[in-house]
Amino acid sequence: MTIKQRTFYILRTAIKYVSLLIITFISILPTVSTVITAFKTKEEYGSTNVMTLPKSWTYLSNFVTAWKDANMGLAFRNTFIILVFVLLGSIMFGAMLAYILSRFKFKGNELIRNLFLFATLIPGIATQVTVYQIMHSLGFINTMHGYITLMMGTDVISIYIFIQFFENISLSIDESAIIDGCTYYGVFFKILFPLLKPAIITCMILKGVSTYNEYYMSNLYLQNKSKFVTVSTSLYTFTGPYGNQYNYICAGVIITILPALIIFILSQKQIYSGLTQGAVKG
Amino acid sequence: MGKINTTATKGTILHRLLKWLRSGKGQRTVIMISFMSIPLLLLIIFAYLPFLKMFEFSFYNMKYIGERKFIGFDNYRDVLTDKEVMNSLKLTLYYLLGSFVQLALALYYATMLSFKTKGGSFFKGTIFFPYLISGIAMGFMFRFFYTRGFVLDTVLSWLRFELENLPYWLRDKNVNNMALVATSVWKFMGQNMVLFIGAIMSVDRELYESASLDGANRWYQFRYIILPSIKTIVILNMILSITGSLSAFEPPYVITGGTRGTSTFFLLMHNMAHRHQKVGKASAMALILFGLILMVTIGQKLIFKYGFTDSNEDISQKTTRMLRKQRAKEGKQ
Repeated sequence: MTIKQRTFYILRTAIKYVSLLIITFISILPTVSTVITAFKTKEEYGSTNVMTLPKSWTYLSNFVTAWKDANMGLAFRNTFIILVFVLLGSIMFGAMLAYILSRFKFKGNELIRNLFLFATLIPGIATQVTVYQIMHSLGFINTMHGYITLMMGTDVISIYIFIQFFENISLSIDESAIIDGCTYYGVFFKILFPLLKPAIITCMILKGVSTYNEYYMSNLYLQNKSKFVTVSTSLYTFTGPYGNQYNYICAGVIITILPALIIFILSQKQIYSGLTQGAVKG
Repeated sequence: MGKINTTATKGTILHRLLKWLRSGKGQRTVIMISFMSIPLLLLIIFAYLPFLKMFEFSFYNMKYIGERKFIGFDNYRDVLTDKEVMNSLKLTLYYLLGSFVQLALALYYATMLSFKTKGGSFFKGTIFFPYLISGIAMGFMFRFFYTRGFVLDTVLSWLRFELENLPYWLRDKNVNNMALVATSVWKFMGQNMVLFIGAIMSVDRELYESASLDGANRWYQFRYIILPSIKTIVILNMILSITGSLSAFEPPYVITGGTRGTSTFFLLMHNMAHRHQKVGKASAMALILFGLILMVTIGQKLIFKYGFTDSNEDISQKTTRMLRKQRAKEGKQ
């Protein structure tokens, strides 16, 4: 390498790592400042700058207060129940529909695919005006089963992930099973469904993240917060009387982020590949 | 006699039905009905029925409860001549600009992290993680972040900015929309980056190797190998950012509540429906938004149909051809 090339190389590497450090700083700054404040006592919060580190990293009383006041025990229990049923339902129904659409030729196949695609263009939150009326007439307001049913419906992305996946599974597997006397149900449940595992993991991640973080509809349809609070709506507790007591608020925020962080650290690779697959739908 | 006859025919009908059910065609029909009915029912109840009802509501002057009055296209006229609505549509431009900045940053960091980088997966993880934070948690975090003298102001004071010269980030109408757009860039940049990294990784590795053998520099690699192969996903994301900007909702909803000129079209519609209970007008707004989104989507389909038909294979072929030409040229020199 000539000297010129060498200086150029060093300069390029320097620019690379400096820009990476800048973006990392920006990415973690809001979260880090939240963590710092969550460990401060009330007096400390009032008297020190927000970026001054707390005196003690073992001062957990804010977390305890936030957990109790926002009823987070119940919130985590409810969110867990919702997650289990929503994931179960949307994966089962998504896989079943995808099986029919990818394996059976019939009039209306294309129409049904388009119906699902077209539905994604309807701005979701905008239709809540009329969805609310429908939920009301079904007696679904303030019920877990109502909210779960709503969240299960119309999950187009998972349907498309499953369709894509089915199209990569050879038809000869189905055919030989049918010849061996297997019914269509048998083919689906015993043979194809186990093969779907990677697609199921992808859908679980995508749907799991969106269900865990969903707050708009849970706020609208699970208004009875003393009974049906979820992890995200539990944070609404901090809007009223807490005003600017950010040491409690930050502790609450950290509690809700923590599970997402743990899952993320444990399954980074699956999350990335899930997102990439989910993006190339249609 | 008659009695025996009917049971006999009943028997045959039942018999025929059972026979049909056991036949291939019967089985097919049964599984099709049983597997499709629930998802289709959910789709109709929670997507199409509300949509049709919204269409109906948009022609009425109505609240959630009480009498309603048919007023024809008045709601639409009101929306399109409303000053606040026009102002909110202007805000769309801020969000659009923000999403282009976001895509550019995502492309920059994706290209960087697709090559060997020390601590690459750590950087990737920290840049991506904001995507997993819920909107409501983000609302609290950024209200705290932007408060006078708090996180942002402190960091800026480290950089020798004087507090008196800094604006109130969420109150000052000159900057508050940009401050909100920045939170959305913060959240979604990492997700875009991960998508781009996925696309770059799917390009044949040999292309990079042959290019670097030829002494191609990074810019050259980016311009002629990376960019062509991920063109489709970049353009798709650019178009999606138009619809995303039109339906921007979360940042103002959770951070400012739409005060001080930060109310986007979507938030205006939300307040119209739930705070002012003008259900008819809100429905008209929703349909106008739907019309805009539909137009953008049709445009997107047309672009992809007629604009360019390159598949990844074509690109790699093209690039190889181009590399070969370049090599030949250099040989001549």
